[in-house]
Amino acid sequence: MKKTGAQILCESLIREGVEVIFGMLGGAILPIYDAFSQYPQIRRILVRHEQAAAHAADAYARATHKVGVCVATSGPGATNLVTGIANAYMDSSSMVAITGQVARPFIGKDAFQETDITGITLPITKHNYFVSDTTELAKTIKEAFYIASTRRPGPVLIDIPRDVQQEEVEFIYPEKIDLPGYKFVSRGHSVQIKRATKLINEAERPVIIAGRGVIVSQAYAELQELAEKAQIPVVNTLLGIGSFPGQHILNFGMMGMHGMAYANMAVQHADLIIAVGMRFDDRATGNTKGFAPHAQIIHIDIDPAEIGKNIPVDVPIVGDVKSVVKAINRETKHGQHLDWLSQLDQWRQEHPSLEAGENRALLPQYVIRQIYEATQGDATVVTGIGQNQMWAAQHFVYTKPNSLISSGGLGTMGFELPAAIGAKVGRPEDVVWCIAGDGGLQMTIQELATIAQENLAIKIAIINNGFLGMVRQWQELFYGRRYVDTKLWNPDFTKIAEAYSIPGVRVNHREEITPAIQKAMDHSGSFLIDFVVEPEENVYPMVPPGESLSQILQVPKTEVASSC
Amino acid sequence: MPDTKHILVAVVEDKPGVLTRVASLFRRRGFNIQSLAVGHSEQPGLSRMTIVVSGDSAVVEQVRKQLDKLINVMRVSDITEGDIVARELSLIKVKATTSTRNEIIQIVDVFRANVIDVASDSLTVEVTGDENKVSSLFELLRGFGIKEMARTGTVALTRGGFS
Repeated sequence: MKKTGAQILCESLIREGVEVIFGMLGGAILPIYDAFSQYPQIRRILVRHEQAAAHAADAYARATHKVGVCVATSGPGATNLVTGIANAYMDSSSMVAITGQVARPFIGKDAFQETDITGITLPITKHNYFVSDTTELAKTIKEAFYIASTRRPGPVLIDIPRDVQQEEVEFIYPEKIDLPGYKFVSRGHSVQIKRATKLINEAERPVIIAGRGVIVSQAYAELQELAEKAQIPVVNTLLGIGSFPGQHILNFGMMGMHGMAYANMAVQHADLIIAVGMRFDDRATGNTKGFAPHAQIIHIDIDPAEIGKNIPVDVPIVGDVKSVVKAINRETKHGQHLDWLSQLDQWRQEHPSLEAGENRALLPQYVIRQIYEATQGDATVVTGIGQNQMWAAQHFVYTKPNSLISSGGLGTMGFELPAAIGAKVGRPEDVVWCIAGDGGLQMTIQELATIAQENLAIKIAIINNGFLGMVRQWQELFYGRRYVDTKLWNPDFTKIAEAYSIPGVRVNHREEITPAIQKAMDHSGSFLIDFVVEPEENVYPMVPPGESLSQILQVPKTEVASSC
Repeated sequence: MPDTKHILVAVVEDKPGVLTRVASLFRRRGFNIQSLAVGHSEQPGLSRMTIVVSGDSAVVEQVRKQLDKLINVMRVSDITEGDIVARELSLIKVKATTSTRNEIIQIVDVFRANVIDVASDSLTVEVTGDENKVSSLFELLRGFGIKEMARTGTVALTRGGFS
């Protein structure tokens, strides 16, 4: 049966199981939006800026393990997606971005709203397509979803000229995919798995570093079995938070620049590192020259190019984390490591994570802790970037799998609000807390309108210190306290929320924190709390940039939080 | 680890934008291409790229893995260590006067190269061989004055069997 390109897109999306798209329209995407009227089963979320569509699709993908779809028009619509596409690329999020393009006769003529989006997104997509032949459209969409969601996930962009959207061709959705260049290794090499288990069985001070690959592969049970069977402590990368229960006795928290001191010490003293679904990002490893100096390293990852890229490894295992860890578990012996674990426990006692204690000030760490107490971890937490993100990573206990959604690799300010939209759309039953910075929130604050229009219930907690906080912290520590352009004049956020029909309160005193959180939880819809926190509170511990993980800055005695 | 020259062979889909993808990857990851030659392969729809890169073996291994991740790249191999034949072609336009023309032709003969164009003030020489041979001839001709030169970059195959 003949269908237009726009109808073919809709039919194909339905066949790929797409339930929702996040988008913003314009001239070159109009035929597709017009076709949407015939396909009401595809829910549309209208954002107020295309960047938000990309972040929402990205977070939706992370929350649901499905492919997130964002749609934009040509030219500025497409370029506005770029930050969100780059974010999804860095964090291996499965996303398909669909952009309208000027009609084929206008291509290359610098036509109105023409931009070479496939050229622009070449280095930030897993793959991209320009559809020049309408008969290729269905096949292209099938390939795009397959590439986005398999192996190491990532964003795929499909650029569709306006006249391709309008042209009628025979619609046949292909059953098979023919991608000979898309190679796939899912099972680890048996020889390497044998070598790995031998090292694990012989290790005296092993540490597992669990990354986002565990979450992508949904290998929670396998990872837990490995840790428990061999009694191996687990530390997480930022995006690995939620891969292993936060309250588990073997969980030693986040490692890296703002990781727990004991997590970093565990890595630095280990004789064996089992790196599972992580990529040795510099924020996690610190200076690689001094990284885990006593350890042999087993690296399990589905992307062969990640193995040996940043850190030389002793046992490389390319494969899907779930199947590889399962295979390792079969040959791993029950272990004890009593001395090692008691050493780690001692470090944990000596270097507790910050507790706000009885301090009277309104400390951001305490705010996060109280949100945890109120939810008991039964929530999806979406963060911005910088201090708010680090405190959310440190002070919330992620008891549920995959319960933290954060921009790790790209570090995108403004991620929090649109990502919370994507998370809430993907997990309507979950309580979604958006931990926002006062700086980052203002980069995408227009999405309050999307929240209002879609009637989404998102709890927004602004960690408002009146600064671009993490940058100010760097200025304080490494730039002689010269606070150049980090001080922010801020609006009254509760009034802004009110203008979008979202109730909110401002919290200036410590005793108001818990009631405000309770009020937000009790309210059925969205709610905003503006926590006016200590302006110059710093995130500790901290490994200064360029140093190894052994160089941990602790809370200085003069800091507000040190009185606890 | 010392930088050494590696010859990578990539079999890629013959589609628009594939060369851009490969070139963009090298630029973005900071890998240096010494030469890149591309043309049809023995299979319809597939092209063969011969890429000469220099770097230590870890860098080159990373190049190989990143290339292999591209969807349009069928396979990549580092054939440097293998038993290979590698050739490049060069056209060299060298200044020639009545007094130097014979001397140039003698040198060209020694290299089993060909003179393919003669003008009143120049000769154009075609030479095929490995990189060293082409460079040696260039060095010898340099004294006469090189007007223009074009090199194809290396193309290579493994001997016998399949790569």
